[in-house]
Amino acid sequence: MSQRPAREKIRLLDHEFSRRIRAEVRNLDRCYQCSMCSDGCPVAYAMDYYPNQIIHMVRLGLKEKVLQSTAIWLCASCETCATRCPNEIEIVRLMDVLRRESLEEGFKNPVGNIAKFHRVFVEQIRKRGRIDEGSLLLSYELKTGDFLSFKKIREEANLALQMFRKGKLKLPSRKKYAPEAVSGIFRKVFFRV
Amino acid sequence: MRFAYYPGCTATSTSIEYDESVRETAKYLGIELEEIPEWTCCGASSGHVINQELALALPSRNLALANRMSLGIAAPCPACSLRLKTAEYELKRDPGLKTRIEEDIGMNLELSQKSKHILEVLYQDVGIDAIKQKVQKALEGLRVVTYYGCYLVRPPEITGFDDPENPTIMDKIMEALDAEVIDWSYKVDCCGGGLSIVAPEIVKKLVGRIVSAASEVGADAIVTACGICQANLDMRQPKNSGFRLMPVFYFSELSALAFGSPNVGEWLAKHFVDATGLLERLKLL
Repeated sequence: MSQRPAREKIRLLDHEFSRRIRAEVRNLDRCYQCSMCSDGCPVAYAMDYYPNQIIHMVRLGLKEKVLQSTAIWLCASCETCATRCPNEIEIVRLMDVLRRESLEEGFKNPVGNIAKFHRVFVEQIRKRGRIDEGSLLLSYELKTGDFLSFKKIREEANLALQMFRKGKLKLPSRKKYAPEAVSGIFRKVFFRV
Repeated sequence: MRFAYYPGCTATSTSIEYDESVRETAKYLGIELEEIPEWTCCGASSGHVINQELALALPSRNLALANRMSLGIAAPCPACSLRLKTAEYELKRDPGLKTRIEEDIGMNLELSQKSKHILEVLYQDVGIDAIKQKVQKALEGLRVVTYYGCYLVRPPEITGFDDPENPTIMDKIMEALDAEVIDWSYKVDCCGGGLSIVAPEIVKKLVGRIVSAASEVGADAIVTACGICQANLDMRQPKNSGFRLMPVFYFSELSALAFGSPNVGEWLAKHFVDATGLLERLKLL
């Protein structure tokens, strides 16, 4: 007796979600699944779903699956997909919008500390006006304990140390650049009434 | 020839030698780079993940500061350059958005001068012939591949930089210095960029592919125009014993060298893969 392959049932078609995302990303509905985006994607090998699958899932309204995928976080924003897409779909913009939605909806980030990194990065800009890579690394480390994981410590800490020796990393600085102008921008963008 | 210079954050640490060699190259070529006073971060790789409006407002502040200087911007970092160009592009096509961003930054924006990456300044404003005339020490015998990475060329409708799949601006500049430029297929492949801190395994894999390809076509070195690309390619090459490590130059280090700069050794001392041995063998250093 031939056995049918186990098939996953598609649930949770969230049309509100689908509509919202499609409104923010130019040309999303033009996708005909040629998979040019996934073929050229340098990180597709590490993703759970390929970029063309993510597009399809968004159109189907598979909100939970999309917002918990590793794909949206592993995207390096290299723009190869969007450059080659025959339908001029803004795929990187799509990934940005999905990352934002995933954060806002409070989904657990499936790829370690990528979301925390982006948050620390932007927080550094708010506090100091510029990114000082020493301070960035330090606050990222304090938030995540990433380098203290056994696997990474030798290689990554060693690289950081060598960079420090070569003057490519400096001790964290407290200097602020245009603090009023920068906090003004953050206030307007995040707390405009 | 004057530009408002936007060094970008990596210029102050990771790619300090890029910044210094760009400034020196500019001096030899008669380009005046006037640093934008109190410039602030463009938001680069993380701003657009957190908030789209922030990702436009941060570079726009710097555009407005350049307006005050009545100069167009020149930036050495492709990521900064793309953020600046993206703000120009998006605000030009949406006047309502422009007004909103002007409110965010508390300054008016005038978008008539398109900002440029420093390679565009060399190619378009200085020109290949003028570059050739400045060469004191021809880079004869140096076989390089040029690596453009992502943000110089993509997205093409925003960067307006050369052919997005096979750019040649940096090739022509290297040839003007008498280096031999070898054709290869990895000019615009991604090195993993901003993933290097959070997902170094991915970056190592991508870098491994790129540097191996450079080696296979017989290059002595890779030439880049990006602080993040250079750091990734230079620091994360395969460690297995069979692999011949590949020096990774900034184009500006090689141009300054060809124009007679005495400071090249100091910059190369900051690289991870030794780059001085190769130049010494070729009697260029």
